[in-house]
Amino acid sequence: MNVTTRLTPGTRRAETMPLGMTPLAVVALGLLILPLVGLLANTPWTRLGDLVTDQTVLAALRLSLLTSLSALALATVLGVPLAWLLARRDFPAKPLVRALCVLPMVLPPVVGGVALLLAFGRRGLIGQPLHELAGITLPFSPAGVVLAETFVAMPFLVVTVEAGLRAMDRRYEDVAATLGAGRWLAFRRVTLPLLAPSLGAGMALCWARALGEFGATITFAGNLTGRTQTMPLAVYLQLERDLDSAILLSLILLAVSVVVLITLRGRYLDTS
Amino acid sequence: MRGAVVSLAVLLAACGSGQAASPQAGTRDDGRTATASEPASGQALSGQLTVFAASSLTDAFEDLGERFTRTNPDVEVAFNFGSSSTLATQIVQGGAPADVLASASQTPMNDVAGAELLAGQPQTFTCNTLEIAVERGNPLHIQSLADLTRPDVTTVLAAEEVPAGGYTRHALDVAGIQVTPASLEVDVRAVLSRVELGEADAGVVYVSDIVAAGDAVEGVQIPPERNVPASYPVAALAEAPNPQAAEAFVDYVLSDEAQATLTEYGFSAP
Repeated sequence: MNVTTRLTPGTRRAETMPLGMTPLAVVALGLLILPLVGLLANTPWTRLGDLVTDQTVLAALRLSLLTSLSALALATVLGVPLAWLLARRDFPAKPLVRALCVLPMVLPPVVGGVALLLAFGRRGLIGQPLHELAGITLPFSPAGVVLAETFVAMPFLVVTVEAGLRAMDRRYEDVAATLGAGRWLAFRRVTLPLLAPSLGAGMALCWARALGEFGATITFAGNLTGRTQTMPLAVYLQLERDLDSAILLSLILLAVSVVVLITLRGRYLDTS
Repeated sequence: MRGAVVSLAVLLAACGSGQAASPQAGTRDDGRTATASEPASGQALSGQLTVFAASSLTDAFEDLGERFTRTNPDVEVAFNFGSSSTLATQIVQGGAPADVLASASQTPMNDVAGAELLAGQPQTFTCNTLEIAVERGNPLHIQSLADLTRPDVTTVLAAEEVPAGGYTRHALDVAGIQVTPASLEVDVRAVLSRVELGEADAGVVYVSDIVAAGDAVEGVQIPPERNVPASYPVAALAEAPNPQAAEAFVDYVLSDEAQATLTEYGFSAP
């Protein structure tokens, strides 16, 4: 085999795949797809009507939407400036700061929950003065859920937006500046529109992560129907009481994930 | 209401308020008294032994596992601690490769029995009672279950789906007390850690949990007439990968030595 054949694009390149790769790829596919098939195969389609109106399911759904959208808003308002800082400004120990920003992406969420307790809990670094001086207690409250979700999900937005900012052609902003646009005007009218695809992708990822958050939420915010019991927590608890309703909740979360994936199709479903 | 009374009666029958031991406790099905040093089949046991146990048994069973390994050095004991209902779900739904199940109430055991996954009759091996865990020194002066309704007391309970939560619900119902918890935790140890961390002022847990917590928390007794004794059944599982070791471990848990150990951890005789 010479270099020219190997470089031929299209179908011929597939033939050079090392022996044994295809079966492994099929196993990998099965590993990813079979659990979803299992979920769909066991879905009690005839009971769906009753289950959707179940109080626990409804309360979890409502709370999940409320908290994940609040977390998304918070992560956007705080995360975009952070991404901008990381992409555009130079400051000491920047690699370390960036590493700390993305740490929650790889940190086990339950560890995040413990860390949040030690910072924002009633005996925490900030939580104690907050509780004693302002009477604010974050654990066991929907605000605590939002905090846990933001902690875990914001890095996804920051990383995506930062990459978008770096890839952007800065000459547009420079031109806007030469035409007399102030910093904020240039940011709003030039930077943000150019950033829209990255921002959209970052927000979708962030929201999906917030919606699916389990470990940090249950550790930090606890579990109470209608107050801190989000859908993933309800799935876990319902598994012991009513398998069907756990499956239904899982199905809703699966549907949301599919919608997010479709939103991001440019990024993950691109086959070219 | 009638249902609650009936199931409460069942609970009481299993553990009793007095010291009267249930007839099967400490004895095997065949009536032979179990001892620690005697493996079930007379030959040396080996391999891995997987024990699924209620989270309230964590400390006691880790100790028992160590002692069991001392007598049976070739057996490697691995524990999966969780809420009894989660464990039952893992066995019934997931086909978890467990050898022994020790649960904190009869219901999860019955679920496994209903799926015909038990090797023998479950036997009640120990009992536990509820207590209110409070911060050391009891700064809020919590004296009884009724104090848990106070607005200045942040109370955390176990979710009703798990045994500790079910027993707590019974105790509160019997006392006619309505508590608004700040959180319903997924297992009893999570309730304890909320109090240990200071996130909650009070939590209803087992006496054994308070013993396990050491100096971190203090227990406020719930009078016997308001208390609901928890009874713990143990059984070897039908699909146990290591049936000999499973049987030996169940025998060991029922032995005098293990019973004495359980008492040290705050459990009471069945």
